[in-house]
Amino acid sequence: MTDVDIRLRVNGVPRRATVPPRLTLADFLRTDCGLTGTHLGCEHGVCGACTVLLDGEAVRACLVFAVQADGAEVTTVEGLTPPGGGLSAVQTAFRDHHALQCGFCTPGLVVSVTAFLAEHPRPTDEEIREALSGNLCRCTGYQGIVDAVRAAAERGDAV
Amino acid sequence: MKPAAFEYHAPVDPEETVALLARLGDEAKVLAGGQSLVPMLALRLAAFGHLVDLRRVKGLPGIEHRGGVVRIGATTTQAAVERSDVVRDAAPLLARATPLIGHFQIRSRGTVGGSLAHADAAAEYPAVALTLDARLETLSPRGRRTVPADRFFTGTWSTDLAEDELLTAVALPVWHRPRGFAVAEFARRSGDFALAGATVAVGLGPDRRIDRCAIAVFGLGPVPCRARAAERELIGREPTTEAAGDIADLAVSGLDSVPADLHGSAGYRKRVGAAMVARAWRHAVREAVHD
Ligand SMILES: Cc1cc2nc3c(=O)[nH]c(=O)nc-3n(C[C@H](O)[C@H](O)[C@H](O)COP(=O)(O)OP(=O)(O)OC[C@H]3O[C@@H](n4cnc5c(N)ncnc54)[C@H](O)[C@@H]3O)c2cc1C
Ligand code: FES
Ligand code: FES
Repeated sequence: MTDVDIRLRVNGVPRRATVPPRLTLADFLRTDCGLTGTHLGCEHGVCGACTVLLDGEAVRACLVFAVQADGAEVTTVEGLTPPGGGLSAVQTAFRDHHALQCGFCTPGLVVSVTAFLAEHPRPTDEEIREALSGNLCRCTGYQGIVDAVRAAAERGDAV
Repeated sequence: MKPAAFEYHAPVDPEETVALLARLGDEAKVLAGGQSLVPMLALRLAAFGHLVDLRRVKGLPGIEHRGGVVRIGATTTQAAVERSDVVRDAAPLLARATPLIGHFQIRSRGTVGGSLAHADAAAEYPAVALTLDARLETLSPRGRRTVPADRFFTGTWSTDLAEDELLTAVALPVWHRPRGFAVAEFARRSGDFALAGATVAVGLGPDRRIDRCAIAVFGLGPVPCRARAAERELIGREPTTEAAGDIADLAVSGLDSVPADLHGSAGYRKRVGAAMVARAWRHAVREAVHD
């Protein structure tokens, strides 16, 4: 099968690669770019662990082929680090509100919540819960995550 | 699991795309948002030698409202529909059904054309298209044609589209006012496909009586289904919510291929479906009366 040349930006860094078409964006990020913050849980769109920003929108990186990201701007959880280092506002809120235990779901949640708050800076509790429904967490019971999202929204500089 | 290997094509021109599909035959599959196709490939429920990506094809995305019709291009994402003021104003039923599709991370990629062409029995958009008497616009090497929604969905995951035919757009007629629309569904978890759902559209005439009415159920058979008998009963009547239970019973009474699995028996699904019709009916009628 014919490999395809792609050019894209990952966390601001221009990348060129030659990839087999069946390579998912998630595997490209983890294997070719060494960005293992993007996790893979189910590999068929259900769990949300692989969520990244593709041209600013939260997507399942396991349901996008790397070839489809040709020309795009991709942001992974590694790319959310503020310019001076440290944690983003959403990450800080997650830490402060015990929104993680094992941490497997956390990158996907942090990326999803970052995208969600960019579009809904003043969410209701119902909107927060609805927005979290696309990310499975097997540890926390979600309460801490809901608190973290609310806190990040209240701080107002989540993104 | 990883999808089986395939050749990737990203044509630009619509005619070129359908010519490619014709040449590759049943080895090829169209790739739109990938939110249904890629899971099937990943689970190896399906494998194709060639995927033809629509992402670069010209003229496929876009929303326009002209001449009493809202026309939505096939590769318009569900997220774009959700954000569209035009859809909210002129096709409220589509706007309200959209947030019920999966999660926002799915809707950012999933397309209107993909939802309709994939034709899942429990999907929202096919039911909306059927309720609004949408017309589906297609292109193949034999030219363009338009298929009414009630002839488009032919069975579970199957449509009237030929192998080398693209769905290019869906045209939704705008209903006159006063009017009311509602969708109601029951899913086991937020974002799941519905166990059963209903869509209702009601239009009132100058005498404030029902002069137009469409009721559809989804998840209760291989394709969404209009409740034509119930609709006929309702024309000319006063718009009230009292009869909701009777309308709902009538709407599900004729259904004879309701699925059954470990999530619910056919009888249970029918009862849920009737409850959804009643709920949607009440919402739609209240909206029409106050419109
Ligand atoms: C976790 C999850 C939850 C979901 N929940 C729901 C839900 O609740 N309700 C719901 O309706 N959907 C749901 N979906 C499916 C989602 O809506 C898909 O986006 C949609 O079914 C298919 O659209 P797509 O653009 O992703 O198409 P693809 O996956 O790319 O394609 C689907 C099929 O349609 C064909 N196709 C696509 N576009 C065209 C075209 N223009 N012409 C001809 N053929 C075409 C493809 O060849 C393929 O066979 C869910 C998906 C996931 C992963
Ligand atoms: S790994 Fe992508 S959604 Fe589960
Ligand atoms: S913290 Fe373990 S899955 Fe969420």
